[in-house]
This record gives sequence, structure tokens and C-alpha cells, in this order.
Amino acid sequence: MAIAKRSRIELATQRFEYAPAPESTDHVKIEKRYDLFIGGRMVKAHSQKRFPTINPSNEEKLSEVVEADEVDVDRAVKAASKAFDSWSRIGPSRRARYLFRISRILQERARELAVVETMDGGKPIKESRDVDIPLSAAHFFYYAGWADKLEWAFPNVKPRPIGVAGQVIPWNFPLLMLAWKIAPALAAGNTVVLKPAETTPLSALLFADICMQAELPDGVVNILTGAGKTGSLVVSHPAVRKVAFTGSTEVGKLIQRSLAGTGKRLTLELGGKAANIVFEDAPLDAAVEGIVNGIYFNQGHVCCAGSRLLVQESIFEPLLEKLKIRLGTLRLGDPLDKNTDIGAINSKAQLEKIAGLVESGVEEGAELYQPECKLPERGYWFPPTLFTNVSQSYRIAREEIFGPVLSVLTFRTPDEAVEKANNTPYGLSAGVWTDKGSRILWMAERMRAGVVWANTFNRFDPTSPFGGYKESGYGREGGLHGLLPYLELN
Amino acid sequence: MDVRKTYKLYIGGEFVRSESGRAYRPEGSVNVPRGSRKDLRDAVRAARSALGGWSARTAMNRGQILYRAAEMLDGRRSQFVEVLGGGRASGREVEQAVEALVWYAGWTDKLAQVAGNTNPVAGPYFNFTIPEPTGVVGIVAPEEPALAGLVRRIAPALCGGNTVVVLVPESHPLPGLTLAEVLATSDLPGGVVNVLAGYRKELLPWLASHMDVNAIDVAGCTPQEVASIEKAAADNVKRVVKHRADEMSPQLITAFMEMKTVWHPIGV
Repeated sequence: MAIAKRSRIELATQRFEYAPAPESTDHVKIEKRYDLFIGGRMVKAHSQKRFPTINPSNEEKLSEVVEADEVDVDRAVKAASKAFDSWSRIGPSRRARYLFRISRILQERARELAVVETMDGGKPIKESRDVDIPLSAAHFFYYAGWADKLEWAFPNVKPRPIGVAGQVIPWNFPLLMLAWKIAPALAAGNTVVLKPAETTPLSALLFADICMQAELPDGVVNILTGAGKTGSLVVSHPAVRKVAFTGSTEVGKLIQRSLAGTGKRLTLELGGKAANIVFEDAPLDAAVEGIVNGIYFNQGHVCCAGSRLLVQESIFEPLLEKLKIRLGTLRLGDPLDKNTDIGAINSKAQLEKIAGLVESGVEEGAELYQPECKLPERGYWFPPTLFTNVSQSYRIAREEIFGPVLSVLTFRTPDEAVEKANNTPYGLSAGVWTDKGSRILWMAERMRAGVVWANTFNRFDPTSPFGGYKESGYGREGGLHGLLPYLELN
Repeated sequence: MDVRKTYKLYIGGEFVRSESGRAYRPEGSVNVPRGSRKDLRDAVRAARSALGGWSARTAMNRGQILYRAAEMLDGRRSQFVEVLGGGRASGREVEQAVEALVWYAGWTDKLAQVAGNTNPVAGPYFNFTIPEPTGVVGIVAPEEPALAGLVRRIAPALCGGNTVVVLVPESHPLPGLTLAEVLATSDLPGGVVNVLAGYRKELLPWLASHMDVNAIDVAGCTPQEVASIEKAAADNVKRVVKHRADEMSPQLITAFMEMKTVWHPIGV
């Protein structure tokens, strides 16, 4: 028995050498510098300020983009306002056709988009290829079909578009977040001014090209690059009637405060500190995969990441053993390599934040575990990390780390699991692992979170509404409910 | 000689004076308790404690209790007409309030069928979205119509399973305080509705910034008040509900609700 166990561990921990399998980049053309997408074409910015966007896996500069200023924002909003008059009135089935067209072009240019997404953001190519880009295309396809069916979705209340939507998105899923914002807004008949994140502007600029290729009417989509200042100019522009923001809870609160009294409609998709709860009857191997997917997917740069693992006490040891073995097999390195599981941390600032919080975990008394893991010399990297001996009061158990760092806690009874899972100001997502269907629903009922995954984690679908409870924000993206933030009803 | 009524606040299912011991006289010679910040905190605590039980009631049971409130209100029609100033307009208003309770009573067990759905995801999951109560809701009741306006705000929040803390209009608190007597005899568990009177400026900022209040309905607020409430509400990402004061719609129920989406596995 002991021998069998040892050989199993040896087999599982055996190091396999992988030949490099990098995705080629020769089909991708990144311009030296980009202008702004306003009124249907790339235009020279008023702002003289530019900043580089770099590849976080090797710190090489990829391109230079504009930091849009007040004049640029005003031009973009004016273009969107002008476009709104006709876009909101063209036949809804024509709106649908444009969105279908965009979805198709996203599929056709999938490989180019995946490579650019990986180069600019640092995420593994297999994730941008298999998750980000296909989901983005699916999102446009799904909402395309809604454009001419709004009256059936919301009977008796005369659904109407709101106007110009100002949208600010994060750097963790750049194109997917763009799709989540733009697709429902356009389907409902609004026009948009979108600001991609400072560190990941390139896929949004490629999307500008796709809008032109789709011959989307001028000004329906406008894309302004920039940092926080540009974002705040977009949301505060008086002609913007609807604001949608995805990002940190801290910035979300600032935006909610700044829009006070303006009458603008607002939806927020903010941070999270999700509990991933494993019961003793769970299929352990599947749970281990789900835990890994929950927190190490996209280097943990996921607002709904399962960053707090709650394990039933009776299976703590076997589960941890399996988890540690699995961590040892994760491949960290070149994001463009098709074998890579864990890519680069998105930015230096984020790396420092992660490192700081991990340090606080050690200082507060948690026990750190990191598998043996060689980090590349250049670029921003952080090894997959897990903490045991974590108390609920530790910062690593309370604050969103937004990195590949898992805190492991235990529980004895379902009630205790519920109590601990809900003990957070956040409420974006939760995971439950058990073999018992009735327990899944019992737990799901009690989770104060907008999305509950059972025996899976980090799964997304355009038909499935996504969004938070409590300080994780309000409003839903995806599904029928994802249309509501972009419609006036009476 | 009349036996006069002592008007009281309604907190945690009990009729109490303000802990501050203060009163004011907004309507004639009647003393009205002038609620304090501490009363407000007590009310929020009572609402939070009552939330679990109330939201766990079956939808039908919540409907029956709201309907019971309509029955109780209807039975005290003449008293409310008097509190509202008498005359035909007051009679109409009481009728509107009764109608709102009956209408929302019928929504409790239908809302999830209209506002929720199943979602055809690409994968072996049964995926569904259901509305759930946001939690503790603060309601700033409109000045006019003092009774119907208040009922039209409370009923949708209760319908969805929330518990509420109400600030009745400073200058016209008696209809709201009297409504508490109706609610207290409608099988509504204590703490599900809490009614406070007092100076708006003493109570509103604390309701808006209270970290354990999940949503706030600003139907009774001036634009300036709305702006300052919205600012304070950001502290805990409170939902600020802005609908017309006379509105009745299922959108008003969902405004006090969160949508939860569950991915349930399918397999053998």
C-alpha cells in the first residue's frame, strides 16, 4: 500500500520536459503608434501625450498609444451623440446584422486577436485562444439576435435606448470585457465611447479596425486610449447618459460618488473575494482541477476568482496533498507557448501589489506554499501560491489580491461554510463542490453572490447573467438581464 | 372626553418613544417622537435581524401577509381618511393604498416567473437566474400622497423579501405612524418594517451612509437630497432606487432585488 502510494506520487510529480511550442506572431501587425478611433476612423489626437504599451512577459515595448484629453473625449462623445440619432432609429434588424457581422469578423480574425491579447496582457495563449476570443465573438452573436426582439423581452414597457454610453474596462480580459460592454449597448440602440485599460489597449484598437471592416456607421463605437484621468473624463462628460464600469471596488465607489446627482444611469462590476467550498463528498480530483482553474486561471487576474478555498475539515489533508502535487505540474513561462498554464503578471504595479499582500500573509502568520518554479529573468512573474493556517481576519483572506494566490480555510458544518463564505463585503461569485444535488441548491440559496458555480468554476456564457451582490457592484452583464442597463423602460 | 393616542416610532415590532426623549409638533397639537441617530441604528439592526426569517418565508406566505395588511387597512378606512384630512380625496387615497397592497400581494409568487429564467448555456449545466432580496432597504417616503406614496414604496420592497426602515415625511408623519399600527396587526414579523419620524436632516445622512443598509429609495427626496444620498451611498455601493412616486410595476420590485445565477451540473 505504502509502495503503491509512493509510486503514485512519484508518477504524479514526475517532471515532463516540454519542447517549446510558441504560437507564431508573423501574421500579426502591430503599428508603431496608434491614434484614436472617433467618428468611424482613426484620427489624430488633440492630446500630445503618449505612453507605451509593453509586453509584460519581456518588458518590450509593443506600441505607443495616446492619453486622450478633454478635447478628445469631447470629440468622441459628440461623435457618439450624433451617431445616436440615426443608430437608435435604423431598423432594429439592421442593427442586428451589424452585430452579427462583427461577431463573424471576430471569429475570422480570432488567431490575430488571441496573439495580440496575449502579447499585450501576458495571459497564456491557450486561454486567449480558447476562452477570451471565442467568448467575445459569442457575446456579439448572442446580443445581435436581441436587437430586433426587445419588445418580446420586455413586453408592456416600451424598451428604448438611453443614449451615449461611457464605458471603462479593465485589463484582465480586454477584448471580452469590451464585448460585454459594447454588444448589449449597441443591440439596445445606444452608441458608445469606450476606454480600454491603460496596460491593454491593443485589442480594443484592433476592434476599432473591425468596426471599420464591418462598415459600422460612423460614431456608433468610439475608442479612446488613456489612463484613469481619461476614464474619469469619459464618465463625467455631461452628454454621456449611461456609465458602465468594470474594475476595482475602490474606483467603482469613486465613480458612484462622482455621478451623484447627475441622473446618469450606472452599472458597476467590481471586485470579489469568492469562496470555493469543497465538501467531503466532492469528487476530489475534479475539485482540484476546479480549485486550480478558480484561482490560477489568468494568473488570478479574475474578479470572480475563487481566492478563498473552504475545505471541509475531514478532507483537508488528502485535498491539500493533491492540490500541492497539481501545483507542481503547472507550467509557468512564455505566454505565447501553447503549453503554458500560467503567464505573466499584467503589470509591474500589479506584481508589487501581489507581492505586498503575500508578504502580509506571511507576516500575519499564514503558512506559505509555492511549488518549485523557475521564473523567467525578464518580465513580471509570480509563482502559483497557496496559504494554509489562514485566519479570516488576515488581509489575504479579506482583500482582493487579483493574483495567483489562494488562501485555504476549513469548516466543519454546512452552516459554518455559509457563514464563512458570506463573511465579506464582496458578493460576486461562489463555488460549491459536492456530489449531492440537493446540497448544491441548499448552498446556492444561501450564498450572497451573483454567480454560483457547482462542481465547476470560472465558467462563462453569453446567455448567463454575471454581476455582483453588495460591494461587488450592481447590474448584470450577459443574458436577458444584461440588456436592462442599456434600456429605458416604463 | 377623548382618550388621545400617543404616537410612537415602530422599531423591531414594538411601539417605542424616541430613545432621545424628544418630540416635535408638525401637525397641530399632537406630539410626534423626534427619532435620533440611535433610533435609526436600532431600526437598521432590527431590520437586519428580521431579514433571514422574512426572506425565507414562502412567496405565498409573504403574499398572504401583504394581503392581510390590505384587509387591516381597509378595516380602518375611516381612521385613515381622518388622518389624511378628510374628504373625498382622502378616501381615494386610502383606496389607492389598499389597491397597492393587494396588487403587490399577488406579485410575491409570480415575480420569479417573470423576472427570472433559465439560460441555455453551451455546456452540461442547468443554468438559471432568480431574483433574491437585496437586504435591508431604507425608504424615504414621499410627502404627498403621504399614505398611498408610502405604501407604494414599502409593498414592492416587502414583496421581494427585503426588510425596511422608513423615514416618514417630517411635516406629515401621522399617516405613516398610523400605518405602522396596521402592519403590526398583519402577521408581519417584528422588525420587517420599522417606521421612524423626526427631522429629515438628523436622520437622512445616517440612513444614506449606514454600512448595513443595502439599498435606499429616494422617492421622497429633493434633487439636492438625492445628490447627497447618492454620494454617501457609494461608501458601501448601496443601490439607490429612483422611480416615480406614483409608479407601480414589477420593475420596482426587482429594483430592490439581486439576480443570482446558478450553474448546476448535469451528469449521471
